Amino acid sequence: MKTWKRQNRHLLQRTYLILIFGFMYLPIAVLIAYSFNENKSRAVFTGFSLKWYVSLFHNEMILSALGLSLVLALVSSVVATVLGTLATIGINSMSRKMQLVINNISYVPVVNPEIITGVSLMLLFVMTQKMGIGGEEGVFGWPTLLIAHITFNVPYVIFNVSPKLRQLDSSLYNAALDLGCTPRQAFFKVILPQLSPAILSAFLICLTYSIDDFMISYFNCGTMQTLPIAIYSMTRKKVSPEINALSTIMFLVILAIILTSNAIDSRAYKRNQAAIRRDAANA
Amino acid sequence: MLRSKASRWAAAPYLVWMCIFIVVPLAIVVWYALTDANGFFTLANLTGIGRYASVFGRSLLLAAEATVICLVLAFPVGYFLSRLRANKQHIMLMLVMLPMWMNFLLRTYAWMTLLEKNGLINKLLGLFGIGPFNMINTSGAVVLGMVYNYLPYMILPLYTAMTKIDNSVVEAAQDLGANVFQILLRVLIPLARPGIATGITMVFVPAVSTFIISRMLGGGANLLIGDLIELQFLGNSYNLNLGSAMSLVLMVIVLLCMSFTSSFDEEEMEGVM
Repeated sequence: MKTWKRQNRHLLQRTYLILIFGFMYLPIAVLIAYSFNENKSRAVFTGFSLKWYVSLFHNEMILSALGLSLVLALVSSVVATVLGTLATIGINSMSRKMQLVINNISYVPVVNPEIITGVSLMLLFVMTQKMGIGGEEGVFGWPTLLIAHITFNVPYVIFNVSPKLRQLDSSLYNAALDLGCTPRQAFFKVILPQLSPAILSAFLICLTYSIDDFMISYFNCGTMQTLPIAIYSMTRKKVSPEINALSTIMFLVILAIILTSNAIDSRAYKRNQAAIRRDAANA
Repeated sequence: MLRSKASRWAAAPYLVWMCIFIVVPLAIVVWYALTDANGFFTLANLTGIGRYASVFGRSLLLAAEATVICLVLAFPVGYFLSRLRANKQHIMLMLVMLPMWMNFLLRTYAWMTLLEKNGLINKLLGLFGIGPFNMINTSGAVVLGMVYNYLPYMILPLYTAMTKIDNSVVEAAQDLGANVFQILLRVLIPLARPGIATGITMVFVPAVSTFIISRMLGGGANLLIGDLIELQFLGNSYNLNLGSAMSLVLMVIVLLCMSFTSSFDEEEMEGVM
């Protein structure tokens, strides 16, 4: 009786999870299926074809938008990572009260709706334009995009690196000084290597946020088009099957990245476990 | 010690950046909201929002509906996931996060193709002789789009909170004669409270401020606050002062929502990244 009940419950759980995951993945599956549809219309599936992929790779607008997004993500993430790491080190040596104030202000772009961050920066740039900076063409474009992306990325660096910095054993730094390092050497040889995993993961987070951002770029791009903005203008047209091809490619890229990082993680995990077991055996 | 006075200077570039690009822009929003086109003080922008009360009401209502539906759908998911074996949990978590990595414009676009008049859902229903239904460009479609986009933001914090619930607590309640509803109301929900609070903010805040979902799935008839703001800044009804006043009101709404949820959650925001 009891096992029957338990089996029933398992069946219920499984069905529910399948339904929810079906809801989450069905639309993506439909997009992928239609990317191979020969017909332009979404109403009928007339035959297998790769022509939307071909025309996607000949679409100047998409290609240049992709290029802009990648360069923008790279530059803004590098600047944000450097700025954020320096800030973390500086903030760490301030009084509690100052730390609280700065952290709270840094939280603003994280918790504020993206549209507010977008329009507030836009207003700032409109004002600088009114003051005559930027000349005839105005300031909107590459500089405003870069500033906007750096601004929403730095807080993520700070909130990723500062927990690691607080965990650091400061006696290691003191030992380096005792052994004759200058503070600068001690920083680069002792502190930075220990922080580097956190800094790297912060950098990767910045990259993904920057490539994915639509809302904040939308208000600060002028006439430039990042990839999400190009996608947006494509969805405004009635039928654009190239979007399906683009979605499929992006989905596969994301899947590949996640699977690889997962494989690396689990290999590191296994190595750790093996080391722990070895240590236990030796002890 | 690393905490030397000199190392404070490392934060100087960021502090300057923070003042210019976080603090000053917000101050400018407030200033624009309280002045007219000539720069004179006025409350007309704020009082002028009264004309758009129905849009604000609709935004709050639809975002609240989406949040409640997300909570109801995600609660069992979070619980079931937290009871799985560790390696299975890991895979399932990946499955929850994978759609989040896809650009939300593409995810919303997917629903456009499904909900259209001659879209897939109507086609399927047509096989059984039902429909076609008018699904796209309704407020229901907007709520659906919000639920679809933000469901993972509800599942993840709920899951995180529920992994901390020991199975023996649930078993003890069962042994003492509690039925499913009693377990839910008196054990699971109280223990999952921090996750519920985080989930509500993470769904409600983007839902109440969106303008893409309403524009793509709601047609012209379902304007939200986000659409109004966008129209003032980049659209036809260019009016930065009115737009700023609307942004200010939206910020107040979000702050109220967050202070409401944090009032029944003592812990800090649960990590989601």
